[in-house]
Amino acid sequence: MAEVDIKNYTINFGPQHPAAHGVLRLILELDGEVVERADPHIGLLHRGTEKLIENKTYLQAIPYFDRLDYVSPMNQEHAFCLAIEKLLGLEVPERGQYIRVLYAEIGRILNHIMNVTAHGMDVGALTPILWGFEERELLMEFYDRVCGARLHANYFRPGGVHQDLPEGLCDDILRWCDHFPAVMDDMETLVTENRIFKQRNVDIGKVSAEECYALGFTGAMLRGSGVAWDLRKAQPYDVYNDMDFDVVIGKNGDCYDRFVLRIEEMYQSMRIIRQAIEKMPKGDVLSADHTVTPPRRSKITTSMEALIQHFKLYTEGFKVPEGEVYVAVEAPKGEFGVYLVSDGSNKPYRCKIRAPGYAHLQAMNHVATGHMLADIPALMGSFDIVFGEVDR
Amino acid sequence: MGNLDTLNDMGQAIVGALENETNDYEVTFGQLTVTARADKIVTILTFLRDEGNFKFVQLTDICGVDYPERTLRFDVVYHLLSLKHNIRVRIKVQADDEVPVPSVVGVYPCANWYEREVWDMYGVMFDGHPDLRRLLTDYGFQGHPQRKDFPLSGYVELRYSEEERRGVYEPVQLQQEFRNFDFMSPWEGAGYILHPEEKTGDEAEHKGQES
Repeated sequence: MAEVDIKNYTINFGPQHPAAHGVLRLILELDGEVVERADPHIGLLHRGTEKLIENKTYLQAIPYFDRLDYVSPMNQEHAFCLAIEKLLGLEVPERGQYIRVLYAEIGRILNHIMNVTAHGMDVGALTPILWGFEERELLMEFYDRVCGARLHANYFRPGGVHQDLPEGLCDDILRWCDHFPAVMDDMETLVTENRIFKQRNVDIGKVSAEECYALGFTGAMLRGSGVAWDLRKAQPYDVYNDMDFDVVIGKNGDCYDRFVLRIEEMYQSMRIIRQAIEKMPKGDVLSADHTVTPPRRSKITTSMEALIQHFKLYTEGFKVPEGEVYVAVEAPKGEFGVYLVSDGSNKPYRCKIRAPGYAHLQAMNHVATGHMLADIPALMGSFDIVFGEVDR
Repeated sequence: MGNLDTLNDMGQAIVGALENETNDYEVTFGQLTVTARADKIVTILTFLRDEGNFKFVQLTDICGVDYPERTLRFDVVYHLLSLKHNIRVRIKVQADDEVPVPSVVGVYPCANWYEREVWDMYGVMFDGHPDLRRLLTDYGFQGHPQRKDFPLSGYVELRYSEEERRGVYEPVQLQQEFRNFDFMSPWEGAGYILHPEEKTGDEAEHKGQES
């Protein structure tokens, strides 16, 4: 029989592919079904966030952070607010810090529900995402109740958070924490031990700890390979110091480990939520330094000075002393950092956003080479990529 | 994140060990910054990654900053993280759009996209980069959008043309004039806007005459 000449295929995965998690154009060179080279083309959702931020006052720039990783908006705001506070040397009232931690953890659960269930869907399990989104909706209601928006919160501000929690919210969050594990159990019976799910994920996309360092992996990707590194523990910010929780690590560094790890992280987040509510002191939620924070509504109607401060803050904004800082938080996807350069004016001179998904997606070629085409969706799922933050 | 003493010690150790490569270090806002020579960046990063006292095994970020008034107008800023010592360091080098900076992809593979982004956004070239293409901007894009002299609105806009049945680029036409509000109050140091005739003479003299 004559030898069949098999040609290499080059295919476009995306930009309109349901498993591309947004607008990724992934160019794959295939030898049969084996991936020989993967070249992600990103930037299809590039909005020039960093350039826009350079042309906005500090307060106007916060909403841009919701639109980066739109699955866990408040965690991004957190990094930006911490960076501004560091430059200003601004103290945040303790209650404000607790509320931020509470909402950062709600954001983590929001993100992980989305990721874990979408990962399931990518490899064929359709039911979890339907159940998971019911829970996400409940969590987004908690967002809604503090800031009026389900997604684009603009709730964290330099100096604390914008409003205090409404009455009864904490009880509702605790009630949700009581009922959520049952949903998780249901979901886990469907996927975690499922034969097909395991076949699609175990030993797929293995990365060693050394590779993780070299490729710039952070967050769940790094912990999945057995490195106990969590910025909430290593470089604690706000009141994470007072919280008792475990850093979850994986063993094999494959897609399955990262999946299980994220599920366990949700339980840890719930622990933090309970502690934050329990320990939350009474008091102010926003710093009283009215060059940076708006005076309370009630004061504006009675005090001329408060009215002037309010007007100045929302037109001119506040000036931030000259200098540069890099501040990183443990966002659900990994290390989310903001490198902020200030020239002493009311607008950032440069604001570089370090998105975790960017480094993860970049490693696609390294990780995907040698895998089958069908493994790509599983990889994408476990990388936890959202294009809002990758393309910026 | 390491107290001030450790940061100072670390800075001294880095500058001491890399006398010819680095210029100086400073600790501001509790963060360590080392300024260095651009042509030696590969040596510096390799040293910091491998040496037991530093072990900056992870490159967190590379980013560009534009200072149009300088001769070497760009800063290329490298953020490194040592998981062993739990310390971050920032390495700053200066560059322009003509002389390339040596690429550090060989030291940290994740530098690949970061350098491509700096090239895309600022036009800083990286010598020895395996694949220095544009990353975030459109195919066929011209210019480097994050430079301070690049307008916020850009130069071209894209629309779908019914006649040609494809997307076409056209020069930007703003329906409303671009408004850039200047909120710097004049009594806080913003420059006074003088009449053209006033500008020629010495300002102090003018004041004297008026009074």
